Amino acid sequence: MKKTHIIGLIVIAICIGVIVSTSGDTSAYVTFKEADEMAAKGNKSKVHVVGKVKKDANGQLTEFYYKPEIDPNYFVFKLIDQNNQEEEVVYLNPKPQDFERAEQIVVIGSTQDQIFKADKILMKCPSKYEEKELKAN
Amino acid sequence: MRGYLGDLGHLCVIISFIFSILATFSFGKATVSVDIIQQNSWLRFARIIFFTHALAVFGVVAALFTIISQHYYEYHYAWSHSSNNLPAEYMISCFWEGQEGSFLVWIFWNVLLGLVLIKVNKTWEAPVMTIFCLVQLFLCSMILGVVIPGLDFKIGSSPFILLKDYMGDIPVYQANPDFIPEDGTGLNPLLQNYWMVIHPPTLFLGFSATLVPFAYCMAGLWQGRFKEWIRPAFPWALFAASTLGTGILMGGYWAYETLNFGGYWNWDPVENAVYVPWLILVAAIHTMLIFKNSNKSLQASVILITAQFILILYSTFLTRSGILGESSVHSFTDLGLSGQLLVFLLALLAMSIALIIVRWKNLQGEGNEEVSVYSREFWIFIGVVVFCLAAFQVLYTTSIPVYNKLLGALGIESNIAPPADQIEHYTKFQIWAGILIALISAIGQFFWWKKMDSKKLWEELSIPVILTLLISSAVICLTMMNKIEITPAYILLFTTALFSVISNATIFLRIVKNNYKIAGGAIAHIGVALMLLGILFSSGYSKIISLNTTGLIYSKEAGNDFNRDNILLWRNEWKQMNDYRLKYIGPRLEAKDFPGYIKKDHLLPLEDPYKALAKRTIEYDGKRYFDKGDTIEVYPENTYYEVLIAKENGDTFTLYPRAQVNPSMGLLASPGIEHFYNKDLYAHVSSIPSPDEEKEWSPTEEYTIKPGDTVFINDYVTILNEVERIHHIPGMPLDKEDAAVMAHFHVLDVEKTHSIHPVYLIKMKEGLAGQIPDINEDLGIKISFLNIDPVKEEFTFAVNTTQKDYIILKAIEKPFINILWIGTLVLVTGLLLAMIRRYQEFAKMRDKNTE
Repeated sequence: MKKTHIIGLIVIAICIGVIVSTSGDTSAYVTFKEADEMAAKGNKSKVHVVGKVKKDANGQLTEFYYKPEIDPNYFVFKLIDQNNQEEEVVYLNPKPQDFERAEQIVVIGSTQDQIFKADKILMKCPSKYEEKELKAN
Repeated sequence: MRGYLGDLGHLCVIISFIFSILATFSFGKATVSVDIIQQNSWLRFARIIFFTHALAVFGVVAALFTIISQHYYEYHYAWSHSSNNLPAEYMISCFWEGQEGSFLVWIFWNVLLGLVLIKVNKTWEAPVMTIFCLVQLFLCSMILGVVIPGLDFKIGSSPFILLKDYMGDIPVYQANPDFIPEDGTGLNPLLQNYWMVIHPPTLFLGFSATLVPFAYCMAGLWQGRFKEWIRPAFPWALFAASTLGTGILMGGYWAYETLNFGGYWNWDPVENAVYVPWLILVAAIHTMLIFKNSNKSLQASVILITAQFILILYSTFLTRSGILGESSVHSFTDLGLSGQLLVFLLALLAMSIALIIVRWKNLQGEGNEEVSVYSREFWIFIGVVVFCLAAFQVLYTTSIPVYNKLLGALGIESNIAPPADQIEHYTKFQIWAGILIALISAIGQFFWWKKMDSKKLWEELSIPVILTLLISSAVICLTMMNKIEITPAYILLFTTALFSVISNATIFLRIVKNNYKIAGGAIAHIGVALMLLGILFSSGYSKIISLNTTGLIYSKEAGNDFNRDNILLWRNEWKQMNDYRLKYIGPRLEAKDFPGYIKKDHLLPLEDPYKALAKRTIEYDGKRYFDKGDTIEVYPENTYYEVLIAKENGDTFTLYPRAQVNPSMGLLASPGIEHFYNKDLYAHVSSIPSPDEEKEWSPTEEYTIKPGDTVFINDYVTILNEVERIHHIPGMPLDKEDAAVMAHFHVLDVEKTHSIHPVYLIKMKEGLAGQIPDINEDLGIKISFLNIDPVKEEFTFAVNTTQKDYIILKAIEKPFINILWIGTLVLVTGLLLAMIRRYQEFAKMRDKNTE
């Protein structure tokens, strides 16, 4: 066998390795129900859940807990997923500024003991992508 | 002028588009003409066409720049990217902030590079410029903004569209068809950074430069000059690698200074999208080098040079089609160009693949002898393979959103998401690529001479190897003795990168004596190895030093596996944080013509947010800048949070992390960075009390006292020093008859005395009495002047207290990050040196008419 062939085989092997390993690393967009089921089965892999933050009629955040003077790294809120299921999300970081304004958010993490523990929150502020309004004055 | 400037600009766009078609055609004609006279006349004609195209493009640029810098807000582009208060230097950033403008920057660079190509080439001019203009044609179509009649299909998006046409039939225009907004909506504040003025133009110059070797390669295949294209393309490939690399790193440095994810590289899809073509381009440079030395790897060079340009187009498609959606921090809005971009990408891909397949047989090298393991070419080729594998890995994961779209188009629902921890995912692969590249770049350099065997190799390598192992084991021992965690991959990366620095330095010292011109390779390799070391130290050992030890333990969900990365700093209270003590002093603003930061408490905001009144004399370094009552032009977007940091040895320094309260994007925090020779201390605000939220004040307590009396407010000793009549109140006109008195309170804090000055005011004409309370934010105390009893000479004050101001801060130490920046400069220097050398080779051959 020629050296080029050996190198070729190694390259193919590495590519397959990368693909297989990447599929192990990828996450998935799921609902709370699926996330809870995964946790019940002992599957600890991280998932993405898309949902809306629970707000009251005035658009204010409700049923959340954030007391920075006691612990700035502890923030709890309710998230309603796309199946309208509501679950408590714990985020062990400061409450993102302007969290109230986010229309839709994505939480990345996993369910642990009936609570969704988010490592990361992706927010999409409505005006970030939508067109700016034109005011007449 | 103003009225038809947009039409003029749009006309130039159309001219530039039509002339790019004509240029492609006439350069093509000049290429295929057999008759020399005909060929020359076509060529002359094509040049005139291209010069006209160039003038049209300059016209477009000038028109758009005028519209932006003159604030012609009837144009959508000016309205949505610029504003009246934007400093002049950021006009350039406005220019490319929108998609159309950034295409225009790309087109502009292409024109300049096209002019250079016409100037420096002889026989290559016609075929290369044909390919070049073909790509330019596609790019110009992106900003064309012309609707095809009958089909209702719009090609491109013009930057000269009027706001009125953009907005459609909205009430404002129904009332007043000639309405022009008074101000624009402004530049995204994150982009108001000097790096953002030069990073995108540099990056787009890199984009343009990648087209040149591609054009040479395609021209070579087309014209049957299968090998000859390498020589002229080589310096351009090196130029592209250095500009693209510089552009990428500038973006990284901007992210480090401006964003708050804690570093310079986040493996964001947009970053990856340019990192991949850069890797492939560097790989292509190495196969071209192999070809120059041994006539091998021609096929690989053709494939890689094609791939790097196609990948540039792919990255353009990813970032501009909206396909990345929420997986990226900086994706453009979808302007409906994605279809057009896809056609562009697929057309060029199909064209180049077809050309390569047709010519494939001609690209095979002569002789099929086996490559020796002791040859330089063998090791360079292994390096190329590593580059390609590294690129493949990044590309594969970055394209995940594309797979979802593709499967969706086929009717299969797919819910794959990118890895939850992207940094960990990419790092675990790329670190090995780094190790291998460092190792190969160290060993490969020793095969300078073709004949090398195991004995000779060892003679050459022994000293660098021994030196590396000595230093590396000493450092590793020290690390372990200090109980700093170290992984096998880190040990390997450190050792190989060190080895690469040492051996390339050895080579450099040996060759630089004879000919500095050929030292480019060794210098570039030293640069890469230094960058790897810098990345290893700064990212592998970046340490969060704001660990919070005082937070409550929420054991049920927390466990012990996470860090409390943020600490809360009350205003004016020291807090211990690892080896540092910190104190948040207060919010600051920047003002025009003032070198430092002004305390927000010293400013009285006016209705116009860009102006404020000075409440007192404002000085800097003993020099007086503003008097009490002066109107100051401030920059209200950024609030700087002054944080005093004391090291263990008593040295202090101040950081100014900043946050921008932006109506459209919320609060954006940017770090303050203190540079030390061996590390950076990096801190950003994670949260502040919401500025919209009303403060909750305690119930009012009233005090009736005389000057000299002492009361206790919030446990602070507070003395009423005196009460005096005043004649000026900043921001409030006083008539002659009006009477105003100001009380001077001194509040004794641990380290300093604060003053509070409430005012009592009687307006004679109106017969009104009023109060102007004074708030001390440092202490959270508000005092209002309620009443004067002239008989008893007593004064009544109302006192409220509130929660003190605070910030939540995250601080990170980044050791030896300077090595990364130094390495980058060294790498670019090496690439440019190599470029000069290769260009001279080309020019010499050209002048001998053996292009």
